[in-house]
Amino acid sequence: MNYDIVIIGGGPAGLASAIEAHKKGVENILIIERDRELGGILQQCIHNGFGLHIFREELTGPEYAERFIEVVETTGIEYKLNTMVLEIDTDKRIKAMNETDGFMIIHAKAIILAMGCRERTRGALAIPGTRPAGIFSAGTAQRYLNIEGYMVGKRVVILGSGDIGLIMARRLTLEGAQVLAVAEVMPYSGGLTRNIVQCLNDFDIPLLLSHTVTAIKGRDRVSSVVISKVDAHMKPVVGTEVEYSCDALLLSVGLIPENELSRQARIEIDPRTRGPIVNDAMETTIQGIFACGNVVHVHDLVDFVTAESIRAGTSAAKCVIESHKNISATHEKVIESHKKKMNSIHICSKAGIAYVVPQSICHENLEDQFSLFLRVKAVYHNAQIVVKADGVTIKAFKKNHLTPGEMENLILEKSLLNETIKSLTVEVIQAEV
Amino acid sequence: MYDVVVIGAGVIGTAVARELMKFDIKVMVLERENDVACGTTKANSAIVHAGYDAPYGTLKGKFNAWGNRIFGEVCETLNVPFKRIGSLVCAFSEEDLATLEALKHNGELLGISNLEIVDQLSLRAMEPNVSDDAVAALYAPTAGITEPWELAIAYMENAMDNGAELKLNFEVKTIEKKCDHYIISDGNTLVEAKYVVNAAGVYADQIYHMVCDVPEFTITPRRGQYFLLDKSAKDHVRRIIFPCPSNKGKGTLVLPTVNGNILIGPDSEDLEISQKEATETTLERLNLVKQLANHLIKDIPFSENITTFSGLRAEPSTDDFIIGFSQVDGFYNIAGMKSPGLSSAPAIGIYVADEISGVLNAARRTRFEPKRSIRIQFEHLNDLQKKALIERNPAYGRVICRCEMITEGEILDAIHRNCGGTTLNGIKRRVRPGAGRCQGGFCGPRVVEILARELGCAMESVCQEGQSSYILVGKTKSL
Repeated sequence: MNYDIVIIGGGPAGLASAIEAHKKGVENILIIERDRELGGILQQCIHNGFGLHIFREELTGPEYAERFIEVVETTGIEYKLNTMVLEIDTDKRIKAMNETDGFMIIHAKAIILAMGCRERTRGALAIPGTRPAGIFSAGTAQRYLNIEGYMVGKRVVILGSGDIGLIMARRLTLEGAQVLAVAEVMPYSGGLTRNIVQCLNDFDIPLLLSHTVTAIKGRDRVSSVVISKVDAHMKPVVGTEVEYSCDALLLSVGLIPENELSRQARIEIDPRTRGPIVNDAMETTIQGIFACGNVVHVHDLVDFVTAESIRAGTSAAKCVIESHKNISATHEKVIESHKKKMNSIHICSKAGIAYVVPQSICHENLEDQFSLFLRVKAVYHNAQIVVKADGVTIKAFKKNHLTPGEMENLILEKSLLNETIKSLTVEVIQAEV
Repeated sequence: MYDVVVIGAGVIGTAVARELMKFDIKVMVLERENDVACGTTKANSAIVHAGYDAPYGTLKGKFNAWGNRIFGEVCETLNVPFKRIGSLVCAFSEEDLATLEALKHNGELLGISNLEIVDQLSLRAMEPNVSDDAVAALYAPTAGITEPWELAIAYMENAMDNGAELKLNFEVKTIEKKCDHYIISDGNTLVEAKYVVNAAGVYADQIYHMVCDVPEFTITPRRGQYFLLDKSAKDHVRRIIFPCPSNKGKGTLVLPTVNGNILIGPDSEDLEISQKEATETTLERLNLVKQLANHLIKDIPFSENITTFSGLRAEPSTDDFIIGFSQVDGFYNIAGMKSPGLSSAPAIGIYVADEISGVLNAARRTRFEPKRSIRIQFEHLNDLQKKALIERNPAYGRVICRCEMITEGEILDAIHRNCGGTTLNGIKRRVRPGAGRCQGGFCGPRVVEILARELGCAMESVCQEGQSSYILVGKTKSL
C-alpha cells in the first residue's frame, strides 16, 4: 500500500491536518484511527465551548468533530477505523493492522503524527492505600458516561483540577451523583478559569487548593478517601486529614503526549513537553515526519490544536509536492535541507517559561506572521512575556494574568527578525505572586 | 467424595493440585477469592532464587535449590515466562564481604556450585547503575524471574485439563473430621474429602486451627510494599540486585520483570497476627522503599512509576517452611510459605503429591497431559506470523490494549480456557491489558464490554476483582 501522506490518529489534529493537506493539492491521503469512529476524544466531550476561535460559535465536542468529518467524507480522504499502528520507521514505512485488512505494511511519502495524549494515573502519583474498584481517570469515567451510558459512582471525590476533572464534576452532578470535593495539590487550579466558574462554582462544589489524597480505603470498592493539606513543598501536613466517605475517586492529574511510536522511530523528544521537537513547519527531527496536536504538547483548547494541525497539513503537503517536483533530488540533499530547517533559529525557554513550541523556526519558511505556543511555570499578575532575538528585545506582550493551566499563544511578525538571527528567547518579567 | 481437597489456590495449592493429577486421584481446590492467585501469589518479588540464602539443613534450603533446578522445565511445559537473568548480592562493608563468603559457602553446601564473588570493577561492568559504594557482589547466574500468578493460573488450568475441579468464592468456615474423611463447609455447601491439604497462605494457621485445638504454629503477615516502573526504565538494571540479607529478610531489591518493567521493593513490616487483609500501601513505607532502593541503585527513575502495591508474606512462628502430615490424621499442612516459597513451589508440588499419592496408594494416571495448550502472545510473533494469524482469526487483528499491545483474540482465549478470567484484574493477570503505562485507562471499558458479552452478563455486573468490586454503579439517568 502506498500513500502520499499517512496520518496516525483521526482526532481533531489528524482530521484538520488531513483536510488542509488535501486543500493544498495532495489527494492520496490515509487517516489511521484506532477507535471505532473518527473524532477522537472530542466524541466523548458532549459539553459545549468548542470552536470559539475557529468557528466563532460554541459547539459541543461531537459537533466540532463533525464539521471536519463531513469534509473528510466529501473530499474522499481515505480512513481506516479500528486500526492500530504497530510501528513506524525512518523510511516512513508503517506497520498497521485491523480485523478486515489484516496485517499491513504501508509506505508514505510523509507521515503526520496525531496520536494525542493519555491521562496520568494513580500510579504516577503513587497514592497510598488499597486498590479497590471505583478509581477512574477522569477521561475513562467520561467515556463510560458519555459513550457507554454508565455511571461510575454516586458519591465522588475528584483529585486534580485539570479540565476533564472539572467538566466531569459538573457532568456527574447533572446525572444525580454527589461530587464532594475537588482537591488540587497546587495552590492554583490546573484548569481553565471558565471551567472553575461554570463547573464548580455554579454547582457549589468545593475546590480545595493545596490539598491531595493521602489514602484510599475500601477492599472491593472504594469506601472512602482521605484528603490532607499540603505544605509549600507539596508534602502532606500531618493532622489535617479529612476522610470523605465515597464510592468513587476520579483523577484529573495531567495528560502525557502519547509518543511510544515516535520514540521507537527515534524521533527526538523534548523532555519538557514530552512531545517531539518540531520546527515552525511542525516537522520533527526525522525528515518528512510531522506532528501536531496533543502528541506534541498538551493543549487546553481544540481550536489551537486545529490551528497547529493546519500548519502540519500544509507542511506535509509542501513536502510531498516538492518531492514530486524534485524527483532528482538525492536523499542526502533532502536530509541536509531538513537539518538546516531544524537548526536555523533555536527558541529557548528562559525565566518563568515551562516550554515553547515550536522549538526552532527557519527564517525562509516563515509566513508574515507566526505563532509561539507556551506555558508559564507559575501564576503571574501584571507581567510581561518578552521575546528577545540574540539577546535584543523584539516584542513584549503585556499579560494581566498568567497561569500554567492556560496555554499562551504569541503572534510574532516575520519582519521583526533579520536573517542572521541564531536564537530567540522567551521569558516572563515580573515578580512571582 | 474427593480424595484430596486443597485449600487455597495460590502458587503452592495449584502446584500441588497439578502434581496430584499425575496420579489417579480426585482433586478439588477451594479458594475464597474470586480468582486463583489472589493472595501472596499476586504481590511478591517474582523471583526464582538461586538458593544460596536459606540455611543448609532447612526445608527452605532443600526446596529452593530443588525448585530452582526444575523451574525452567516446568515453565516451558506450562507456557509460563521464566528468565534466568542471574542475581547479585551487593556488599557495602567489610562485614558485608564476610556475609557474601558465608552465603557462597552455604550455597555450595546446598549444591549450588556456580556462585562467584565479583569485585567492584566487574560489578560496575555488569550493572553500571549499582551504587558507587558497593564494593563487591555475590553473583548467582541461576537466579531467575517469572510471573507468579501466571504460574499459578497455568498450574490450575493444567490440573483442570486433567480433571481437577476448582470452587472459587468458597471461604472455608468449618472443617469437620469424621473417622475416615473430612467435611468442609463454607456455610452453604459441603465438600467431602479423604485428605485435606492446607495451602491457605497467611490463613494457614486459622485453617489448621479448625481441626487442631493446639496448633504448633502461627502465621504473622509480614507486609512488603513495591513500586513498578514503566518499560521506559527497562535496562536500568539487568539482573536481580539485592543488598546483603538481614534477619528481616533479603532486603529491598531492584530487578527487571519478565515483561521489561522495573520492580522495586519490598520493605519488611510485621503486622498484627490478625491483619491478614492489610494489603494497603502507606506513604511512610513507600518512602522507605524508595530510600533503601536509592542506596542500592543510582538514579532510579521513580517518575516512571506506573503502580504501587503491597503483599503479605506468611511468616511462620517456626521460621522454616512447615510441610507434612500434621498431628491430625489425614490433614496435610503446607504453611509459612514466605520467600523462597515461589522458587520452591514446583518442588513442593512434586514432593507433596508423592507423599499423598503414597498414602492413597494411587497409581499413576495413564492419560496425564503435562502440557498447557498453546497460548498465543501476539506481540511476540513476527510479521508473517501476525499476518497469517489475523487471516485465520480476525479477533487477533483488533488491538484492545495499546500499551501492552494485547488483541481481542488473546482476551477471548483467556476467558474461555479452563480456569479462565472473569474479572478485569483476572484478565489483566492472564494477558496483561491494563498492566501498562495507562493502567487500563483506554482498554478498561473495552475489556469490561468483552467480559459482559462473553460471560452473558450486564456491564454493571462485571467486577474488577472480588465479588463486590463492581466497576459501574448503573446506567446514566438512573440516579
